[in-house]
Amino acid sequence: MANNSVANPVKRRTLGQWLRGYTGQKYLTTVLFLAVPIALLVLFTIIPAINMIIFSFQQRDQLGLNVEWVGLDNYKTLFTDMSYLSTLINSLYYFVGSFIQLGLALFIATLLCSKIKLAGVFKGVIFFPYLMNGVAVALIFQRFFRGDDGGTLNSIISLFGADPIKWLSNTSLNNWCLVFASVWRYIGFDILMFIGAIQSISPDIYEAADLDGANAWQKFWHIIFPGIRTIIALQLILAIKGAASVFEIPYIITGGKFGTSTFVIKTIETGFQYQKIGLASAMAIVLLIIILIITVIQKIFFKEKR
Amino acid sequence: MANILNEEKTFDMSKYKFKEMPKAVRVLISVAKYAVLVFACLIVIIPLVVVLLGSLKTHDDFLSSGAFDLPQVIELTNFQTAFIQGDVMRGLINTAIILVFSCVGTIITGTMTAFVVQRFSMAFTKMVKAVFLVAALLPNISMQVTVFQIVHTLGLYDTLAAPIILYIGTDIVSIYIFIQFLENISVSLDESAILDGCSYPRVYWSIILPMLRPAIATVLVIKFVSIYNDFYTANLYMPSDGLEVVSTALYRFIGPYGSKWEIIFAGVIICIIPTLIIFLSMQKFIYSNLVSGSVKE
Repeated sequence: MANNSVANPVKRRTLGQWLRGYTGQKYLTTVLFLAVPIALLVLFTIIPAINMIIFSFQQRDQLGLNVEWVGLDNYKTLFTDMSYLSTLINSLYYFVGSFIQLGLALFIATLLCSKIKLAGVFKGVIFFPYLMNGVAVALIFQRFFRGDDGGTLNSIISLFGADPIKWLSNTSLNNWCLVFASVWRYIGFDILMFIGAIQSISPDIYEAADLDGANAWQKFWHIIFPGIRTIIALQLILAIKGAASVFEIPYIITGGKFGTSTFVIKTIETGFQYQKIGLASAMAIVLLIIILIITVIQKIFFKEKR
Repeated sequence: MANILNEEKTFDMSKYKFKEMPKAVRVLISVAKYAVLVFACLIVIIPLVVVLLGSLKTHDDFLSSGAFDLPQVIELTNFQTAFIQGDVMRGLINTAIILVFSCVGTIITGTMTAFVVQRFSMAFTKMVKAVFLVAALLPNISMQVTVFQIVHTLGLYDTLAAPIILYIGTDIVSIYIFIQFLENISVSLDESAILDGCSYPRVYWSIILPMLRPAIATVLVIKFVSIYNDFYTANLYMPSDGLEVVSTALYRFIGPYGSKWEIIFAGVIICIIPTLIIFLSMQKFIYSNLVSGSVKE
């Protein structure tokens, strides 16, 4: 009761004023509650975003001492210099990898949803890497793909009489190795999402299909797949965004060497190692535009379904 | 619909027979299912087993034995070295501090923002919501190119406050989860509280916050996973000794322990153990919260 008076100095005269008091309180609460979040948003998102746009037309260092306007030069460099363009092309490996990842995840999720013993254990084991520390995963795979006989994969293939392979420095293999590590880490999350979606399909439909004598493939194709189409599309969009912004796994496993650099690694290198803030900003803008385009496609695609 | 199905059931006996007949095929399929799942689990487990075996070996044993050989003697000093000299202990402490502050901060600012934005329908709050949604699209890591300058100007560089404030200030997904959750909570409770004379902050504190508990659980799970596993924020903003988090402590092993993989492996194991314990003790909780957190995106 007493709280009324805080925001309403002329209190309780007519109903109108009482209501107006709450309107006043509403504004006060808005200002009070949003002050900190908006300050943080302005400081760490809006100002950096505006700076990013401005800097992308400049040549400057981290401290902003030698600033020079260069127009579209930074963007021209990005799209003509192969050392930048190639990192964008490397995303395609991860893009293909994410298709494979989604297909495998869907397959495993379907298996786990069929009558199977120990389904919880299988699910738990396959999911766990998703929770693991990224540096730990990277170090594990640095050893796994090690080029001499000490590497885990080389130890395995030597059981079949094969010679050790330099997985991480071989430019036709290394990106696929990194994609493998990435699939290993993230597939559990897709499986979890697919299981959730499959289980939300009413069991009556399966029963009806059983009575109809549908086989496993027919059940998958006519019941499960249509039921989870939306979540597949959503995971696919997320996968494309993820493929465009791969960072951690290649950064730690190979340091971006031997042609395994990605666009984000190159951005961070350009900005912090070489102190070319203008060029790095332009790269961030390009990535933002790619993500915006994907998001617009996503919005168009999902509009009718909601 | 039910009628049609029933009819089919009665006259379509051939399908029944067809389904029952090849018992051997069905057994084979069932075996294949388990084979696929066991194979998938092996792919997950083999790299981890190698790490565990390696972490228990002495340096000489590690160099002379194969990846799958059992250790000759169990060497636990590797863990000690990784934990203390390797600063994994410091990393765990710093990570815990960062986690506590960022989670509390995110819950306070996130729920307050969501409350105002979702409950007060004004031009201003609508605009704020739109800005937050657009901000969620910005590429996080690439943004650091320009965020760095601001963190530096504010004097936060090389302090624990840098990651804490960034985890709170740039976490838009959490706000989004809170807003989505609030949309499903009826306003009638707020209204009756207001008729009883509650102020808005009071409504937030006594009604909204307790009802948001499931959403808070979701945000906590997502926050824990993302902060415990985050690498680049700490790597970029806290280069000093003594300021390592779990990820950067492990990353820095590559330099001094680059040739001592048994110690790197011990560090990896130590860093996985807390995650494993939490996962095993609240598996269902983690699954359901991750699912509800992402479906809402």
